[in-house]
Amino acid sequence: MKAIDCKNVSVTLGGYEVLKGIDLEVEVGGWTTIVGPNGAGKSTLIRATGGIIKSSGNIKIIDKNVQDLKHRELAKFVAVVSQKPIIPMGMRVMDYVLLGRISHLGFFESEGERDVETVVLSLESLDASHLSDRFVGTLSGGEKQRVVVARALAQSSPVLLLDEPTTALDMGHQQETLELINQLRVERNLTVLATMHDLTLAGRYSEHLAMLVGGKIVAEGSAEEVLTESLVSSHYGARVKVIDDKDGPIVVPLPS
Amino acid sequence: MIASTNDKNCVVKPVALNKLQLCLAVIAVLITAFAGLVFGPADLGMRAVIQELLNRLPLVDFDSGLSSRQQAILFEIRLPRVVLGLLVGSMLATAGGAYQGVFRNPLADPYLLGVAAGAGFGATLAIVSGIGDGLGFLDPVPLAAFAGALIAVALTYTVGSGRGRLDQVTSLVLAGVAVASFFTAVQTFVQQRESETIRQVYFFVLGQLRTAGWDEVTLLAPYTLICITVIFLARRHLDVLTVGDEEAGSLGLNVRRMRLVIVVAASLGTAASVAVSGLIGFVGVIVPHAIRLIFGSSYRVIIPLTIFFGGAFLVIADLVARLILQPAEIPIGVVTAFLGAPFFVVVLRTAWKN
Repeated sequence: MKAIDCKNVSVTLGGYEVLKGIDLEVEVGGWTTIVGPNGAGKSTLIRATGGIIKSSGNIKIIDKNVQDLKHRELAKFVAVVSQKPIIPMGMRVMDYVLLGRISHLGFFESEGERDVETVVLSLESLDASHLSDRFVGTLSGGEKQRVVVARALAQSSPVLLLDEPTTALDMGHQQETLELINQLRVERNLTVLATMHDLTLAGRYSEHLAMLVGGKIVAEGSAEEVLTESLVSSHYGARVKVIDDKDGPIVVPLPS
Repeated sequence: MIASTNDKNCVVKPVALNKLQLCLAVIAVLITAFAGLVFGPADLGMRAVIQELLNRLPLVDFDSGLSSRQQAILFEIRLPRVVLGLLVGSMLATAGGAYQGVFRNPLADPYLLGVAAGAGFGATLAIVSGIGDGLGFLDPVPLAAFAGALIAVALTYTVGSGRGRLDQVTSLVLAGVAVASFFTAVQTFVQQRESETIRQVYFFVLGQLRTAGWDEVTLLAPYTLICITVIFLARRHLDVLTVGDEEAGSLGLNVRRMRLVIVVAASLGTAASVAVSGLIGFVGVIVPHAIRLIFGSSYRVIIPLTIFFGGAFLVIADLVARLILQPAEIPIGVVTAFLGAPFFVVVLRTAWKN
């Protein structure tokens, strides 16, 4: 069964066609990462899939048409971690993660024990319980990222969209965050669609890669199929060497 | 137990209004309301006021010693004025808090979208044209102010809500600036042409609770209660809006609809308040910010506390306006700024130190 099914998706922003007829499928419980150079339309694809921006074509999340769903319904199916989340300085982590529960509440309702319990479990699963009482604005980059992901988890939606989840993190924290997300994906049978700049890292954690260039998918498949010297050097304009490793290809930049 | 624990094993609960904060707020309202009843040009005495108030309870009968004229001062002049102060203060402060949340702008006040300019224009037209003269039973000034305020906000919302390159927040605020400038310009033009009524217009612009009787209270109460209730119910959504329109939308909030609901409630309540009491400035900015600095930045706490402290603040301001040059009164808008600004500076300095 498909968790994400994009058919002929196009997006025009400010008169410029950013996405041009994208077809992309992700199976339930799968992890697909979109790679591609700057300006390829990766974030736009994430935002369109999450229903944040309008698109033509057809996007289905668990067999539901994204364009037909109301905000609240959509948020129950898909959670988005944006590239640069806005951090409300004076808000504590507990309250920030609790924002993830809004789609489960009516206008007159306020959060109950079940919502708080979900938040506690989300923080726990990301090893962030000890941050509950801190202000979000005072956290380090790595802590912030975990808290933002915890908020997405608290939505209890089966599909997770991650736009550059590791950009601001050092190598250790990148690994840690991706490990945790992967673990959660397996445990909860979540479907993950992510964008990433680090190609080696993308290859290690995702089951499936799609290379997006100029608003079109130019290559799709396993890490070995997509992360080839010719594809990376021609589309990124970079000199690279790809080393085959038993755990997946390693992409190394070469000096001129 | 449902709560998260940290290393030190202490319980972290979601932010909520606690009982102590609520008690403080209620006490502030009671004390200021009582002061508003006791003090004034006519000396009624604290004890007599308490006894008269208790007499209104069933099965209680004190002899307060107040003459029927003094009783009339208490129940027909001071009490409605205090209640009006509470209603207007609550409404303006709550609307200000709501606007600050909905526009993510700390300088937002209830007049941001042109309510003041629209009301000022409406009131000036009514005063200048003199259509109410001799009618007696129906004062056209508040009606015209109310209509002007609503027309201005509706215009701002229509102009500022198109889908374009600007986000909705920026575009609404800019539309508000344009609409307010336009209405102010027209109002000034009308006012200058009819210079003999300038004093009346001036009084409206500076605000007053002076003509208060029960009529104004019964006119205003339904608007205030409904609008404040709507904003109170939306306090959780105001917290969600702090993460920006896009994220709030992906969390499941219909941002445009929620913004419209809150703006309509805040503007309608403000328009009704302005119609009755003129343009009282500063309350909508000072009160929610002082509460934010003292009690934290969650609207779950700010909104309920603002409802109480906004009312208490305006009753105090009105008391000062009545007493400082008695028996003459100074416009309450002067007092709110005169008291509010230094108080706010103190709160701001204290918050920095912490």
